[in-house]
Amino acid sequence: MTQIPLERKVLNENDRIAVDLRARFAQHGILCLNLVSSPGAGKTSLLERTLEAFTPTQRVSVLTGDIQTDNDAIRLARFGFPVRQITTGGTCHLDARMIEKAIADWNLTNLDVLLIENVGNLVCPSSYDLGEAAKIVVLSVTEGEDKPLKYPAMFFRSKLLILNKIDLLPYVPFSIAMARENAQKVHPGMEIIEVSCLTGEGLPKWQAWLENKIASSAKTMAAT
Amino acid sequence: MHEFAIASSVLDAVRTEAQLRPGMRVSRIGLRIGDLAGLDPDALSFCFEALTKETDLESVALEIERKPRRQRCSRCANEFVVLNYETSCPECGEESTVFLGGDELELAYLEMEDV
Repeated sequence: MTQIPLERKVLNENDRIAVDLRARFAQHGILCLNLVSSPGAGKTSLLERTLEAFTPTQRVSVLTGDIQTDNDAIRLARFGFPVRQITTGGTCHLDARMIEKAIADWNLTNLDVLLIENVGNLVCPSSYDLGEAAKIVVLSVTEGEDKPLKYPAMFFRSKLLILNKIDLLPYVPFSIAMARENAQKVHPGMEIIEVSCLTGEGLPKWQAWLENKIASSAKTMAAT
Repeated sequence: MHEFAIASSVLDAVRTEAQLRPGMRVSRIGLRIGDLAGLDPDALSFCFEALTKETDLESVALEIERKPRRQRCSRCANEFVVLNYETSCPECGEESTVFLGGDELELAYLEMEDV
């Protein structure tokens, strides 16, 4: 009997493709963000409000993942930016190969921002690097403030937490302070923005965060 | 529930490694999974059994080593295991600590026997 040390990542193949995607995005100065959340937290609503606020000359595209239907792509296409649906047909997350395939016929020189809406799921998408600059986790106030403790991997791996549906705070027993504290326990220093995609409250802060990231992606490319 | 996808990635990796060593067969697979990896070891073992049943890897044992979250204190350099989400340093109370590990999803080793 021989023991052979391997010390390799299980998702080597996914990570290899993700590294390649990240390099391509960097080369073209593209900001790629990966939006994750449980189903119904408001990823698509956030994207709607985000696309609505872009000017038509901004070069933005969206990839939206779901197990079935192209409902989200139809919702998002109304804003005039290119949207492509990735239907996984059962798989509970997007992986790097799906992204590589979805953008295979795109000319990346014509793109500044790529927004990826992952499959609604607070567990599985945390394991898969898609080559994004950051994961953004959306949590709505109807879900309970202990979600960061129950799903630590997702909150640990996301750079920004969007607390959505704050217009419902008067009607639900949800403590913003507790949600913030739980997020900080799992991910010390995590950035948090409170929004309502329905009333628009807090969205300027999110837009400022996004514009800042877009500007630094472009600058990084200019410097190389 | 992505344990099936992960188990199948493990088996792909094991078969690739085994092919490099002809004349030997795999008897045990050592995995390392961090508490922050977002994986349920029991579900993973179940998927592993289902995927290896009636294949060349049916008799292979799967050993999973759990890794807790570890941090290092930015002030006193103390390295510690995080209990109850407490990431402050237990020695000096410093709040700023650096993540060391605990999100592993690694193939640690293979045990192989001569055929």
